[in-house]
Amino acid sequence: MLSVRGLSKSFGATPAVADVDLDVAPGESVGLVGPNGAGKTTVLNCVFGQTHPDAGTVELDGHDLGRLPTWRRARLGIGRTYQRLEVFPELTVRDHLVVALRVQRHGARLWRDLLGLGAPSREELAAVDSVLDAVGLVETADVPVAALGLGACRLVELARAIVGEPRLLLTDEPSSGLDEHETRELAGLLCSLQLARGMGMLLVEHDLAMVEAVVDRVVVMDLGRVVASGGFREVMGAPAVRRAYLGVP
Amino acid sequence: MEQLLGFAVPGIPYGCAYAVFAVGLVLTYQTTGVFNFGYGAQAYASAFVFAWLVENHAWPTWAAFLCSVVILGPGLGLVFDRFLFRRIPSTNTTARVVTGLSLLVGIPALLPVIFGNGNLVGAPSIVFNPDTVYFHLGSDVPVNGIYLSAVLFAVVMLVVLVLLLRTTSLGLEMRAGVESRRLLELEGVNAPRVTATAWALCGLMAGLAGVLLAPTEVTVQAQDYVTLMVAAIAAAACAALRSMSVAAVVAVLIGVVSLTAQGYLPTSSFWYSAVLPAFPFLVLVGALLLVPGLRRLDEAKDPLSSVDPPPPPPSSRLRGREIDWIVRTGFWVLLFAFVGSMLTWMPPSWETVLNQGMAYSVIFLSVTLLTGTAGQLSLAQATLAGIAAFTAGQLARHVGLDFLAGAVLGALAASVVAAVLAVASLRLRGLGLALMTLAAALLFDVAIFPAQAVSGGTGGITLSSSWLPLDLFAPDGHAYFLLALLVLVVCAGGVALVQRGTVGRFLAAMRGSELGAAGVGVNLPWQRVLAFALSGALAGVGGALLAIQQTVIAPGEFNYQLSLAFVVIVLTTGVGTVEGAIQAGIGLVVVEQLLQYAPQRLQGLTFVLFALGALTYAAHPEGIVELEKRRWTERAERVLAHRHRSPATSSVGPS
Repeated sequence: MLSVRGLSKSFGATPAVADVDLDVAPGESVGLVGPNGAGKTTVLNCVFGQTHPDAGTVELDGHDLGRLPTWRRARLGIGRTYQRLEVFPELTVRDHLVVALRVQRHGARLWRDLLGLGAPSREELAAVDSVLDAVGLVETADVPVAALGLGACRLVELARAIVGEPRLLLTDEPSSGLDEHETRELAGLLCSLQLARGMGMLLVEHDLAMVEAVVDRVVVMDLGRVVASGGFREVMGAPAVRRAYLGVP
Repeated sequence: MEQLLGFAVPGIPYGCAYAVFAVGLVLTYQTTGVFNFGYGAQAYASAFVFAWLVENHAWPTWAAFLCSVVILGPGLGLVFDRFLFRRIPSTNTTARVVTGLSLLVGIPALLPVIFGNGNLVGAPSIVFNPDTVYFHLGSDVPVNGIYLSAVLFAVVMLVVLVLLLRTTSLGLEMRAGVESRRLLELEGVNAPRVTATAWALCGLMAGLAGVLLAPTEVTVQAQDYVTLMVAAIAAAACAALRSMSVAAVVAVLIGVVSLTAQGYLPTSSFWYSAVLPAFPFLVLVGALLLVPGLRRLDEAKDPLSSVDPPPPPPSSRLRGREIDWIVRTGFWVLLFAFVGSMLTWMPPSWETVLNQGMAYSVIFLSVTLLTGTAGQLSLAQATLAGIAAFTAGQLARHVGLDFLAGAVLGALAASVVAAVLAVASLRLRGLGLALMTLAAALLFDVAIFPAQAVSGGTGGITLSSSWLPLDLFAPDGHAYFLLALLVLVVCAGGVALVQRGTVGRFLAAMRGSELGAAGVGVNLPWQRVLAFALSGALAGVGGALLAIQQTVIAPGEFNYQLSLAFVVIVLTTGVGTVEGAIQAGIGLVVVEQLLQYAPQRLQGLTFVLFALGALTYAAHPEGIVELEKRRWTERAERVLAHRHRSPATSSVGPS
């Protein structure tokens, strides 16, 4: 489904990503790991159109995404969560999902709003509530997100990303700022959502226990390059990976 | 060559005057993180007090200098820091811009109230005698004391400040404090002291600049300082608000190119009358479009910004069912009482005032939609209102089109201009966008609105009763009131429906996080253009309505200063809600009318009062009215809760 070939990106004279190849099959969960500065988030940003690569291609189901802007990629079926929270503080949890759902279904039509037809339909509310139920946010559905804690905000981002039923979910360090218990719960939730919805997932994460629990396959990056790829245990024992993480030969 | 030098050299001191301000703006931004729109007003305050002490009270020059520059300059800086900017989170660009604007609007209006009206004749020079020609450049370019003061001060200021910022630990701490005051404190540095020092330094520089440049004009007037500020903003923008040296060089170039072109261009040409006065604004637009650093001004975020408390919910969300019923009933009672009063016993003078308030309310709704809902800051709303008014006026005058039909076309024209402005500034955010819209407003002020073909000249366009249906000018009728009420209800209802609908949700998402909104598929460029276009149309409708009420459409009624004041006023009362815009419109004219009964000196207080109100915006971005509504709602809910608990408590007590 997702095919990245020869992806390269430099910031000034510093190469962030160099000649990276990456694939995610439909329904497959892939972990992208590596030490700080390995280029993981840059890859994610290139896939989602927030950064344009210097070289290489990003294809979704065989279609070259080229220089499509982020919003067009989201409408093509890519969802994303962010390492640094990107929520809409003054909107309620439910409104977050309504926004995402409306974008995927029919967008904003001014005339409908002016005729008072802008309120969510029953069908939309049912779709939103089912996702809220799946992630455990029903109780806080009408609370403005600014009033929620970090863990709940991460769930809001996740719910917002999946309510439009994306084919590919990009998650960038979802456990960042969460405690061990919350991380374990989030890992379980990601697994169940991915299986239930059959979407592909590219998970960037530092918590290797979480990665092992969630992904089918792992890709390890170091200094902008892919140094290993395969099953979690097999890859983590590879010398190149030990060198990247531990600095030992 | 001699002719070229003869035109260019006099531009150097002008350029140096711009440079003094440009360097001050960059210094303030580099040491406090604030683009201080109030810098020119600070300079004016020191110059005003200096001239007032010398002229009116015969103080010795050195004593007046000590008081106005050494004490008042840093003092104002410290007050700004302690009571205003320190309270604003570093990520809240809108609050910083609005607070700066409130100073720009408020200080020049406040000074005559405190010190009395009357033009202060040019202040004495403190360094060189302005009337003495010290030497000649080339063969016949005289260099007098004013030239020397400006050039020497610009050079000395630049060198001292660059050395301070680059080579001292205080300079390093100031620059670090801009990134994050809280991180600086974690490093064991007394961050409040560092920031206060930076503000005091900037205040001192502003005061010094103001007093040094005061003798360049015959009288000390705020307008001269604002003009200097505009060119300085363009120079500072070219330097991406980073390099004081680049800002100084560009400022000097602006002065030199302006004077050189002025020398060569025929005075009757379009280039001389329209393009030349707009030259600094064109430079500003060019910088905003081409300097990449200006697109990233708002990207630097405080890593500890997430520790800020969440914004309070609007009062409407806090209301229980009972209070909600009372508020809704009260609203309808008030509305009927207002309409009934206007149609029966209201004195004509007050009816006129309230009519004007309704027209302003429609214009202010454009700010509600654009800033309150979409989070985009425009400093050109009065300009957009003027575009619609002039379009309707010219269509009536030349084509014979009914003024109301022309108003619709005018609103469409304002909408198109706003959309073009949005497209031109798609890459800009926050401060960059504010500067772009300000540049557009200034361009219209100096190059487009004064043109005979647009406004009919400085006198403006006087409306004829034959242009208007419905007997709108009839002095005893209520036709205008009914028209204004209808337009206000339609516009307010439209904005409320948009806010509650899908477009409103998309705009609120964009306001909350552009990255997040794009990430779910919201087409940000389109939403932004749509928000600007709708806002332009609303401002246009309001402008046309105001034109009918005032019967004369004059360029001065739609200048950039009013745009600044409009934004400050709406944000002061409450930018997030439709009722906030209406309260702002009515409040503006009612305060103005009430001040007519006050002593003459206090009659210019309207903008000061709103500017003072805007100072609370730092602490309460929801606006004063919304803040008070929330407080009263909370009190009422507490009383109700207590009343509901009381019977249960008393029944349990005896048992």
